[in-house]
Amino acid sequence: MNTILDVKDLVIHYETDDGCVYAVNGLDLDLQEGETLGLVGETGAGKTTLARGIMGLVPDPPGRIRGGEIIYRGTDLLQCSNAEMRKVRGRKIAMIFQDPMTSLNPVTNVGLQIAEAIQSHEKLSRKAAMQKACQMLEQVGIPAERAGEYPHQFSGGMKQRVVIAIALACNPDILIADEPTTALDVTIQAQVLDMLRELRETYHMSMLLITHDLGVVAQTCDRVAVIYGGEIVESADVYTLFDQHLHPYTQGLLDSIPKLNEDVERLKPIEGMMPDPTQLPEGCRFCSRCAYADERCRTEHPNMLDLGNGHKVRCFRYETQEVEPHE
Amino acid sequence: MIKYIVKRLLLLIPVLIGVTFFVFTILSLAPYDPVTVILGDGATEEAMENMREELGLNDPLLVRYVNYIWDLLHGDFGKSYKTRLPVADQILSRFPNTILLASCSMVIAIVLGIPLGILSAKKQYSLLDNVATVGGLISVSMPNFWLGLLLVILFALKLRWLPSQGMGEDPVSLIKSLILPSITLGTGIMASVMRMTRSSVLETMRQDYISTARSKGIAESRVTVRHMLKNALIPIITISALQFGHLLGGSMLTETVFSWPGVGRYMLDAIKTKDTPAIMGSVILMSVSFSIMNLLADILYAFVDPRIKSQYQTKKKNKQKKSPAEDGGKEATA
Amino acid sequence: MKKQAAAASGKARSLGADAWYRFKKNRLAVISLIFLCLMIVIAFSTFIIDWATDSSFYDAKVIAQDLRRRLEPPSWEHPFGLDEFGRDMLLRIIWGARYSLFMGMAAVFGATLLGGFLGAISGYYKTADGIIMRVMDILLAVPTILLATAIVAAFGTSKVNLIMAILISQTPTFARVVRASVLTVKEQEYIEAAKAMGASDMHIIIKYIIPNSLSPLIVQCTMSVASAILSIASLSFIGLGIQAPMPEWGAMLSNARTYIRDSWHITVIPGAAIMVTILMLNIIGDGLRDALDPRLKN
Repeated sequence: MNTILDVKDLVIHYETDDGCVYAVNGLDLDLQEGETLGLVGETGAGKTTLARGIMGLVPDPPGRIRGGEIIYRGTDLLQCSNAEMRKVRGRKIAMIFQDPMTSLNPVTNVGLQIAEAIQSHEKLSRKAAMQKACQMLEQVGIPAERAGEYPHQFSGGMKQRVVIAIALACNPDILIADEPTTALDVTIQAQVLDMLRELRETYHMSMLLITHDLGVVAQTCDRVAVIYGGEIVESADVYTLFDQHLHPYTQGLLDSIPKLNEDVERLKPIEGMMPDPTQLPEGCRFCSRCAYADERCRTEHPNMLDLGNGHKVRCFRYETQEVEPHE
Repeated sequence: MIKYIVKRLLLLIPVLIGVTFFVFTILSLAPYDPVTVILGDGATEEAMENMREELGLNDPLLVRYVNYIWDLLHGDFGKSYKTRLPVADQILSRFPNTILLASCSMVIAIVLGIPLGILSAKKQYSLLDNVATVGGLISVSMPNFWLGLLLVILFALKLRWLPSQGMGEDPVSLIKSLILPSITLGTGIMASVMRMTRSSVLETMRQDYISTARSKGIAESRVTVRHMLKNALIPIITISALQFGHLLGGSMLTETVFSWPGVGRYMLDAIKTKDTPAIMGSVILMSVSFSIMNLLADILYAFVDPRIKSQYQTKKKNKQKKSPAEDGGKEATA
Repeated sequence: MKKQAAAASGKARSLGADAWYRFKKNRLAVISLIFLCLMIVIAFSTFIIDWATDSSFYDAKVIAQDLRRRLEPPSWEHPFGLDEFGRDMLLRIIWGARYSLFMGMAAVFGATLLGGFLGAISGYYKTADGIIMRVMDILLAVPTILLATAIVAAFGTSKVNLIMAILISQTPTFARVVRASVLTVKEQEYIEAAKAMGASDMHIIIKYIIPNSLSPLIVQCTMSVASAILSIASLSFIGLGIQAPMPEWGAMLSNARTYIRDSWHITVIPGAAIMVTILMLNIIGDGLRDALDPRLKN
């Protein structure tokens, strides 16, 4: 498999009146061709900022990309001009935003919103673009007649389908889905996820699925990266992560899911709060909430350890401790 | 839609009755005798009494008001106390001049205000934004009659480029005479339009659908016009319509400064001579033009925003639900 | 998202202190506030001087004419020059500040009380809402300046009439602002919660509604004083407000019109005084709005 997108040492800060928010701090992430990578973390961990960073859509001001590289098929997107970036967006990398209720322009009909994406990348007449937009709508299960309708005439799930149709309209290589199901009803969530999975197959895309829902990850992803405090703390293929996760944070995340086969009275939350993103701890970002933290964790920042087989973890405990080799 | 317009026009009637009654009462309570205005100080007691009787001034307030409205419904706005000429004719002959001046001012305000507001929002905190913001603040803080005087000093008296008074007859001198008053009236409105555009565009810029639009890879100009501006337009329409409504009622001060023969100056003269029929006529014109512009704004909303349009159409079904346009209008005027 | 996290972890401040903290960051607004306070102090001190000297200073310097030196341009001795009757413009501007500032404030204070009361009632009690708001709509349909003009024209140009005229024309704005915030607050779930816990109407009004209506009201007050000052100046300019020889800024401009061909400074200076005062109020108003409602900013 080839690496289609390689994020290296990405640093994104928000410079606000109340201080500098360290949203993404030296983040490394790679996406292989044809795979679905899940990016898991809690609110404020830097997931959305990373996604916007890849799209070149970090709001500036206050957002600043302080360093790093985002390499898509050999070119560093951070070095691209605005015009070059525009050709990437939608055509090469497309994104689905969190809340379908607010992601569509309320004063433009949905057909046109899809068609303008097509028109901006392909030399097509207005009419032909509209025709293709109708096909896209059919593809996501919305009758083409509804192309002339406005977003307020659609339900939440339907809106998310329209958003997906917009994202896929130009047949992109990579789809970034930022919590695509969080704002939807549980019953709709499964439909949208299934559809995304099918469409990913049909269009041979790679997908970066951002979520805080490990259930979604288990259903959809090939590989998982866990993000905490603006950096990846553990990454592995989905089976390894669920069975042999190593980082205490991953442990905590999995422990906080209710399990059907165990009888538990109370869920086990991760104690404490995310560190203040304006004042990140010097050492391990997780040290204040970690049961195993010692003096070194508080003062020294751990590096990513490669355990082989694509399993990486950012924790001192595994420097010395023998880890059973993966099969 | 048409039903909605008719309904709104019908709602105008109570407002007009209220406004006219209010102003009529104030003028009637005033401790002066209109007959002295008409006849002058030298008139005999008998002549004055006859005149009072003729004008019906001896009737009680309500009777006089009902009589006035009755005449009004027959298209009779009464005769000016001072000139003894029909008020309606006098106002209508001046109204085109006011419309001309108001339209020119509005064109200046919109053509400059909206693009400046957009630029200022898109380049927030840049030099241009700071200059525009400070300039806008100064412009809205400037009394426009003073701005008019300054323009007269500079362009009419010092540079002698433009006339300072009156309205030109032939096209060239008409345009020349329009420039200074239009700038005078337009500057403040331009500044409010600019400020409103800026804050409204800043508000829409943060919306998720702008990110969606950008993530499609469409040109930034298209993002700005189709996605930002179109969504930011409602408060801009509101403020422009309200200001235009005000302008159409005539601007007393600016028309006075430039001796512009419009309805504003007519009203000011009427007020100074306590010429009740003339004041009433001007007040009605003001309220009507103001309310019509308000209605026009509400109608324009429907063309910009399909959500509002669908609400106008289904108004019958959910009467208790208030139209967002009305609320938007209120917020903007408040 | 990021911001909330930052704000939540920051030190907890009360709403007022928080607003003041944000206001202080707006340097232009702070400068304007200091300048305006200075102006108020100076304007107020003119009353003390008049009282202490039994108006002899006022009569000698502000009112007395010296026709030999009329229209003298600004100099070191008279930084604002002399007016059409040879009176010092600087002193006249200083003595004129009392009309604009204090009459404007008095009118707005009255309008706030009256409008706030009417707005609160119509927001809180549905039955009164219809009538009050229709009356306010009617008042709003008549432009401020026209309403004030009509009142002054009818009842004469005394200071009290002028204040009343502006008070009445400003009232509907305040009624609307207060009503709007009462309506929003009333719908909030924490009011429901308070009601569910058995709080009385009075308790809800004092504890929740007033504090929540306060920020839009404060902002509106600042803006309204600005527009009241403009109205006073405008009315005086067309001869329906304060009359000469009293040194009201608008009246000074009105007189200056006659001499517009001879001398620029007597036109420029009073207008600049009006503009600067209104500008400062607008800057403070903008600053307050941003400080009190941080959601609106950026």
